[in-house]
Amino acid sequence: MDALSLRAKDNVATALRDLRAGEEISVGAEEQVIRIRVCEPIAFGHKLAIHAIPAGAPVLKYGEVIGRATRAIPAGYHAHVHNIESLRGRGDLAAKEQPHGV
Amino acid sequence: MEFKGYRRADGRVGTRNYVGVLSTVVCANEVADRIAREVRGTTAFLHHQGCCQMPMDVSRVTETLIGLGQNPNLAAVLLVSLGCESVPLDDLAQAIAASGKPVERVVIQDEGGAARSVAKGQLLAQQLVRDASAIGTSLCPASELVLGLKCGSSDTTQGLFATPVVGIVTDLLVAAGGTSVLGEVTEFIGAEHILAQHARTPEIGKQILDLVERMENRAKAMGCDMRGGQPTGGNIKGGLTTIEEKSLGAIAKAGTAPIEAVYEYGKRPGVKGLVVMDSPGREPEILTGLAAAGCNLIAFATGRGAPQGFPFVPVIKITGNKVTWDKLRDHMDLYVGTIMEGTETLPAAGRRVFTDLFAFASGQLTKAEISGYTDSMDIYVVGPVI
Repeated sequence: MDALSLRAKDNVATALRDLRAGEEISVGAEEQVIRIRVCEPIAFGHKLAIHAIPAGAPVLKYGEVIGRATRAIPAGYHAHVHNIESLRGRGDLAAKEQPHGV
Repeated sequence: MEFKGYRRADGRVGTRNYVGVLSTVVCANEVADRIAREVRGTTAFLHHQGCCQMPMDVSRVTETLIGLGQNPNLAAVLLVSLGCESVPLDDLAQAIAASGKPVERVVIQDEGGAARSVAKGQLLAQQLVRDASAIGTSLCPASELVLGLKCGSSDTTQGLFATPVVGIVTDLLVAAGGTSVLGEVTEFIGAEHILAQHARTPEIGKQILDLVERMENRAKAMGCDMRGGQPTGGNIKGGLTTIEEKSLGAIAKAGTAPIEAVYEYGKRPGVKGLVVMDSPGREPEILTGLAAAGCNLIAFATGRGAPQGFPFVPVIKITGNKVTWDKLRDHMDLYVGTIMEGTETLPAAGRRVFTDLFAFASGQLTKAEISGYTDSMDIYVVGPVI
């Protein structure tokens, strides 16, 4: 097993070792194992998309929403702070909304 | 299962037998620290609060110091006060003494300065240690363990292995009649709906949601994205992307037991079983809050390798990250990367760590205690310094 996703509906998996661009890996997802090609280097502990995630779509890990894709993340690509935003603790969004009386 | 503990006058059980030298205010830290350095068997609690704060914070600091003084890991307490601080010394001393332990005090402005205070404090502390050293242990049941739960220096291995192990430990402890205290409310954000479902009643579930909303609003009031502060820069390097992801890993520490009650920071639980206590995620403040709540042992899951310990409560470090285990041997107590390596199942690792708790509770030293990395302490306040 090279990467682990925790629930069948997850669209990201966690790398269990450093993954190289171009290699085909096994991803454990509950009872089943899926095969996927890695498109860029993924460091141990970091996540990769295991299904294509459209821009604006929820990112799922533990079967729960961990954030939103800020741009499309094709399967096999690194999924992290450069393409996922948090939906919580966002004082920046609250500050933007305030002048409009929301 | 049983452990060798120190049964106190109020019936609670300590896993350690220190004389606590508690500074009542930031301005008395130097004297408290010097006394503790000179007298074997003592340990100092230092902090940055106790004066020039809003009344609710003065009362929170006082209550926290009372909770720390009453912690059963302290056989006796020496309070070190400057003399002009907001924390009311008489009330503090009386409340700690009500737990049945000896309480002495040194007031720097009354003694005539630091040198005289250190000298007097040393003599008082020596006598307290002499008396405390005569106290023996007895076999105590698991139900006397009050386990604080903490995770820190998180990475993605932590939520996969170390916190689920702590969750199993919590379940085993609760089944044995003990208590687990879950804090780090910041790290409920994005996962609070799951915890609320674990609440014993809908009212308790609502209290959990309210606690998270209050914490999140504090962060949002700053007008910026919390990311970088929570999750931290190190969390992000470890692969954690958002607070939601960090929280979903962190709450695995709670296991599957029902949440019996929700408490404010540093409050002693009035029930056994799994309880929630308000606190931020940063080590000094939460370790202090857990100690004030009466925890006599703390289980600390870590990914990248958090070294922090607390002056008088053993903090047990558990990691599932092989790199951290190999590199930070002088800080990590237990390894659970065996789950990823396929040599141990998650339930088996949980049972192993649960068994190890009793050794630490019986006096086996943690790496933090051995290395003296035990100064992670401060009191969580909500208002400004004024």
